[in-house]
Amino acid sequence: MEDTDQLKPLDPAYVTVMRIGAAIFAAIPLIGALVLETAQLTATGMFIIPIALLAAWLVLVVPGRRFARWHYALGADRLRIVRGYLFYSDTVVPLGRIQHIDVHQGPIMRRYGLATLTVHTAGNHNASVSLPGLRHEDAVEMRETIREYIKAAQG
Amino acid sequence: MAQTQLLGEGPSEKGAATTHALPQPLPQAGGEQHEGQRLHPLGLIVHFITGLPQLIFPSAAAMFGVRGADAGLGALTVFAIVLFVSLFFRWLAWLRTHYHIGEDDIRIERGILSRSARSIPYDRIQDVSVEQKPFARLLGIGEVKFETGGGKGEDAKLSYVSLEEAERLRETVRARRAGHIAHEARAEELAEGVASSPVFAMDTKRLVILGIYSFSLVIFAVLGGVAQQFDFLIDFDWWDFKQWIGIAEERGVDITHINRSVQIGGAIIALVALTAMGFATGIVRTFLKEYGFRLDRTAKGFRRRRGLLTLTDVVMPVARVQAAVVETGPIRKRSGWHALKFVSLAQESKDESHHMVAPLAQLDEIWPIAAEAGINAPTADTLMQRGRLTWWLAGILLVLPIVFAAMAAVVLFADASPTKSLLLLLIPFALLIVGAIEWRIYRHADDGAQLYVRRRWWRQQLTVMPQVRVQSVEIAQSPLARLAGLVSLRFGVAGGKLEMIALSRDTAEAIRDRVLAVAAPVDFSEINRRG
Repeated sequence: MEDTDQLKPLDPAYVTVMRIGAAIFAAIPLIGALVLETAQLTATGMFIIPIALLAAWLVLVVPGRRFARWHYALGADRLRIVRGYLFYSDTVVPLGRIQHIDVHQGPIMRRYGLATLTVHTAGNHNASVSLPGLRHEDAVEMRETIREYIKAAQG
Repeated sequence: MAQTQLLGEGPSEKGAATTHALPQPLPQAGGEQHEGQRLHPLGLIVHFITGLPQLIFPSAAAMFGVRGADAGLGALTVFAIVLFVSLFFRWLAWLRTHYHIGEDDIRIERGILSRSARSIPYDRIQDVSVEQKPFARLLGIGEVKFETGGGKGEDAKLSYVSLEEAERLRETVRARRAGHIAHEARAEELAEGVASSPVFAMDTKRLVILGIYSFSLVIFAVLGGVAQQFDFLIDFDWWDFKQWIGIAEERGVDITHINRSVQIGGAIIALVALTAMGFATGIVRTFLKEYGFRLDRTAKGFRRRRGLLTLTDVVMPVARVQAAVVETGPIRKRSGWHALKFVSLAQESKDESHHMVAPLAQLDEIWPIAAEAGINAPTADTLMQRGRLTWWLAGILLVLPIVFAAMAAVVLFADASPTKSLLLLLIPFALLIVGAIEWRIYRHADDGAQLYVRRRWWRQQLTVMPQVRVQSVEIAQSPLARLAGLVSLRFGVAGGKLEMIALSRDTAEAIRDRVLAVAAPVDFSEINRRG
């Protein structure tokens, strides 16, 4: 399709945001493993080593791979979002089908000036499609573009 | 039929509604007439009586309280007080409930201490349905529900109003929503009159046939469940064969001396009884649900009435129909029987919402109904494509390692002989057969205007959807599908789903581009308002 060549990557800062998110997620089992280690139930390293390896994979490897597979393109009449490390997905939402649009900023994302753009459709499948890791001003600009498209189409 | 008669009076009612822009409040509303109308007072009685079971606990609790004093009289007094208090609060609630038919919305105010006011804009009302439960039907009143598109939580309903009022509300909503177009539509509808024949109806013969196809053994599950619930009351285990034999022996029957033919005869009688019971259940359930099934084409949509004890009356605007699903099964297909359902814009929840429009019909009856909603049968030119067989085989490959592991486990830990463990191979073999059948049934097509997907063997479904109704398109690939080099193509449908499977990536992308070329230039508001 025409806008395939215009597929854009997310903002690189999003890798850091994903890492922080993964680190927070991995902290809980890590602390648990540390507690079990200090209790010395088994030979040293039985808990902490596998958990630490898993955490390292989640924090160091996965975010980069996921980032590399996220792409998006805002065409003249459609929004395309390509993603998926294990489960590949390539979604196109015609702008004329969008019911409402959210721009959302979590605390970590705000720190890096990023935002998530979510578009909602009336469909049961893919009722809302999210695009994270956009620069906040880009997300707002995209929202305005989509809004104007819908307004023009309805008028 | 009372229902039809009511429609017969319709024109004069409608005429009145057009002359007065706003319906006049009922006289007994008195000083509060600005607040709108009250519900039907008989509804009070229905609520009171249907609410009686809830009073059992408070009554019982209160009776325990007065135990000791002279019991009989005390209990009676307490019961009377509970009834009175319940009735009083229901009356208060009735007094404090008003609805108001405004220019742009319907407003419902309720609440005894805390007041809530709900506004339902005409624009957001998708369906107005009238339901009559048996008791309400006796009193000639019904429950009106306004179904809106968004939001969870309880829907807006008026329980209860008179049937005339229900009909008038429905007309008002329809007229207001459509604005000035409604006048023409109404004139057309009046011209059609009452005598117009239904688009589809079910006679008794069809009901019986549908009942037979609805063969169900669910009654035994229900009885079993009940028996289990009341287990503690009966000192008898239903499922224990030895106990049954024990009972027989107590009555002087020696089980070992019953000869073979009697045993076989007994088994046959049991089987026949079971089958008869299954058919009877199916027929009874079908009659309860589908009795008097009648589908009419009104100016803006379809109107469906059905039910034996609980009458339902639903209006489906044509513009809200997203897709048609033609269902059949391997047995009923032989006699050409199918069912038609419409997928309509999601109501209430994000669940799939399918409206039955023809429970049992031949294809030459079904397609004209679908055509009324702008959905057409696949023509001879429609290229119905098969999926790639690898898709179904890949699923079985995933099961094989588990089966091999199970075989090894059975031999090693359960001391089964290796030959016996081979029986486990029947599982992937059965899956292979099912997979082959599913592959044979599966078809998909796109013809520039509509999408078609036919799936499943036991409950075969052909979904037909106009391409402009597509909300989004996704090409998806699971890790297993990646091994097979195949993808699936999922279409966002308002109120349902449509998925093409077992496609090569190139095919999927080509279909997506064609569909988007049709769908993207048309705006949502345009598709769902016209009709």
